[in-house]
Amino acid sequence: MRQPLLALLAKEPAHGYELKLALEQIFGEAYPSPNIGQIYVTLKRLEQDGLVRSEDVEQTTRPNKRVYELTPAGRDALRAWVGEPSDGPRVRDEFFIKLILAPMAGLADRMELMNSQRRHYLGIMRNLTELQAEADPADAPARLLIEGAILHLQADLDWLERCQEELV
Amino acid sequence: MRGRARKLPPGADPPVTPRLGELPAPPTPPGLLKTSKLVKVYRADGVTVEAVRGVDIEVAIGEFVAIMGPSGSGKSTLLHVLGGLEPATSGEIWLRGKRVDRLSTAAWAILRRQHIGFVFQFFNLLSNMTVADNVELPALLAGATPRQARKRREELLAELGIADKAGAAPARLSGGEQQRVALARALANEPSVLMADEPTGNLDSSNTRDVLRLLRRAHAGGQAILMVTHDARVASLADRVINLYDGMVADDAKIVPIPRPVNGVADVLELRG
Repeated sequence: MRQPLLALLAKEPAHGYELKLALEQIFGEAYPSPNIGQIYVTLKRLEQDGLVRSEDVEQTTRPNKRVYELTPAGRDALRAWVGEPSDGPRVRDEFFIKLILAPMAGLADRMELMNSQRRHYLGIMRNLTELQAEADPADAPARLLIEGAILHLQADLDWLERCQEELV
Repeated sequence: MRGRARKLPPGADPPVTPRLGELPAPPTPPGLLKTSKLVKVYRADGVTVEAVRGVDIEVAIGEFVAIMGPSGSGKSTLLHVLGGLEPATSGEIWLRGKRVDRLSTAAWAILRRQHIGFVFQFFNLLSNMTVADNVELPALLAGATPRQARKRREELLAELGIADKAGAAPARLSGGEQQRVALARALANEPSVLMADEPTGNLDSSNTRDVLRLLRRAHAGGQAILMVTHDARVASLADRVINLYDGMVADDAKIVPIPRPVNGVADVLELRG
């Protein structure tokens, strides 16, 4: 949550609720709707770390609002985050460990493990293809996220097939 | 689950004692397709390859079944044998209650015209004919009048969004468009079953999505589909997935969607950062 907030504040100063709305608007329904409490807590920590500063802005009809802006240190931290490559996704190591260890312990049959895992993946894939069919064509972030999830799942299935070829 | 059920020892079911006044169960209507101990062996230059080794499967009328499995597991061979493109070595194939594995090549050709539509990975359109002629040909061969064949072709091409390509040569079309023409041709005679061998294997992501939509629509309209695929997106549309391994059925199960999250996409995808 820290970096997205810094990135939004790099564009212009804003208060907490505006940041929540901006995230929802940019990522559409693809992004888990951020919790407002979590946003306030994160902003407070960013301020303690010297990455943002804030001031109260008086409002006539409502309570004052606290507007946040990026500090030079915040801008440096943001640049560093944008500049470094992001981690690749981790492989589904939990299933793999089950697949390798459970048969050794006589707890399961590898083919059965792979069959049930494949069924599970295909069930998820059914959901994703339905989401893809229903997705708003104008909402590019949502569409691309679903496609990303589909491609990852396809890779998991291909990997399962490789495991089947070598381990059964 | 079928695979598991078959492994039960005979007699595992509790004995059923018919009670007075109880009607006997109505006879099960013949399904669409059924095989029994189906085997396909290739022999060449003293080398024997057992591609399909005793497959028992059933496909119901209107059902969509995907066949998956590693390469070399026998899935394409199985489909080709089921469609009569290659003869079975032994075992039985029943199509709509009739045994067909002993049919001659000519009899298979007639059966295919009426009951089986084929789609391949590389489209296999006739390059010296227009798109329209490619789609009309199967109907004409099956005895439709030119007027009927043209009407059906116009409907299909319009439904697949390629009505404007009717006069084009297949080579002038993109891969996605060619596959749509192949689908139109396969569906021209309203076959009992559409057989497809890696229909999206040669398509990019957006063309795959189009083919997916067409398959979904055809299936919703009652079209039975038997499809070999590596593509889990396509397989996930099926009612059932058969996993083939080493020429045998390793798994045969209905696809059960995971309960949909309340929050839509947001709950399916977890973003980090």
